[in-house]
Amino acid sequence: MTQHTHTALNAASSTNPVLSVVSLSKSFGNLQVLDNISISVERGKTVCLLGPSGSGKSTLLRCINWLECPDSGHVLLDGKHIGVTSGGVVMDAHELALIRTRIGMVFQHFALWPHLTVLQNVMEAPVQVQRRRREQVCEEAEQLLRRVGLFDKKDVFPARLSGGQKQRVGIARAMAMKPTLLLFDEPTSALDPELVGEVLAVMRDLAAEGMTMVVVTHEMDFARDAASQVVFIDRGAVVETGSPDAFFNNPVTDRAQQFLMRFAKSLS
Amino acid sequence: MIHDFSIVWAERNLLISGLMTTVLLSFLAATGSLMLGALLSTALVRKVGVASVAARAFADAMRCTPFLLFAYLIYFGLPSLGVRFDGWWAGAVALTAYHSAYMGEVLRATWVAQPPAPLEAGHAFGFTGFRLFRRIVLPPLIFSSAPVVGNQVIQIVKDSAFLTVIALPELTHAASSIQSRHYVPFAAFIAAVLLYWAICLTIEMGVGVVGRMAESRR
Repeated sequence: MTQHTHTALNAASSTNPVLSVVSLSKSFGNLQVLDNISISVERGKTVCLLGPSGSGKSTLLRCINWLECPDSGHVLLDGKHIGVTSGGVVMDAHELALIRTRIGMVFQHFALWPHLTVLQNVMEAPVQVQRRRREQVCEEAEQLLRRVGLFDKKDVFPARLSGGQKQRVGIARAMAMKPTLLLFDEPTSALDPELVGEVLAVMRDLAAEGMTMVVVTHEMDFARDAASQVVFIDRGAVVETGSPDAFFNNPVTDRAQQFLMRFAKSLS
Repeated sequence: MIHDFSIVWAERNLLISGLMTTVLLSFLAATGSLMLGALLSTALVRKVGVASVAARAFADAMRCTPFLLFAYLIYFGLPSLGVRFDGWWAGAVALTAYHSAYMGEVLRATWVAQPPAPLEAGHAFGFTGFRLFRRIVLPPLIFSSAPVVGNQVIQIVKDSAFLTVIALPELTHAASSIQSRHYVPFAAFIAAVLLYWAICLTIEMGVGVVGRMAESRR
């Protein structure tokens, strides 16, 4: 009986991923950026989207929370449609906003709110949008700042922080929403090389803790040892997908092989 | 000349009452026009739509009308349409409406120069509508535009002097009364000018404080 229930649960979790992207397409004018993309992310997994610059990775990420509107296809969070219903009816702004509070986002250029202190940045959305109690949120925000090692900077404005510190605040800000899913849009691409490590360390920590994450990145080492799954995207389409081990050691497609080769060359 | 100034000193209560009226009027008009201007800027930044066209028409109409004429229109013109204000409220409405067009333009110009990322983060974190504007968009706008807004407030103070023509007992009106009663034009008007300077210096100090707050966020 127990055995049976367990199997049923497993089956349920594998057919009910946290995030499903189904046949998503997007063009800017004549340029087809995303072409019939489907991916799904299981709870607690970290999926890295890899691919050359301009391949459509960031656009895909931005379509997930509808910062860009896909032309066709569906995005589902915990089985519920985002942006448009299954019937194709566009959601109103408030309904969309409600779903967005469950998806944390970390931006390439941090996008912190410059008029608020570090602590206020982290508390802003939970208090103002989620309408949670200020004292409670403050306690959690301070806890998060301790975790990313920035508690001593809590009353400082973002302008006074280094890039790595800003991005760690960005991660704490996203976590403060207690999101179901965390999206990272090239979180270390705007950082000086010596600051990349401190941000990746926080992300590794979250991945290990079982946060569900989708990460667009060029950090191959991070993808290799922190990802549960790698999705290789080129020219707006999913070319190859698999475990990091399989992808990095035995890439199947020519394009993935070339991509990895070029990357290896650029490092040596 | 010393005698002239001692006459003005003897009438200081009239001058102080005029000063108070000017300060109160300017404060109300500055606050009101900043709030209306903020609302107006939300329409002015849009490129299409009825609200955008209407806001643009209002802003242009105000900016191309001499303030004195506009004050006449509110005080003498509107009653023939059945809208009647007393001198005080006619002045307050004229100053507020007129300068909200300028405030709207100032905030619009600052808005389009803001980096888009914090706004996008606002969307991504579930902010919408007025809350998005009030919490995410407006505060950086106020910080960045403080010097220009301060300049506009000074303009409001100076424009309030025109309201003497609708018999509003503000500072210029008070100085004018003193000079016509005692024939001491130089002393009366210089006293008023010095008081206007004092008001403007105070505004400048306020702008300085906001400027330092903005500096720590930059």
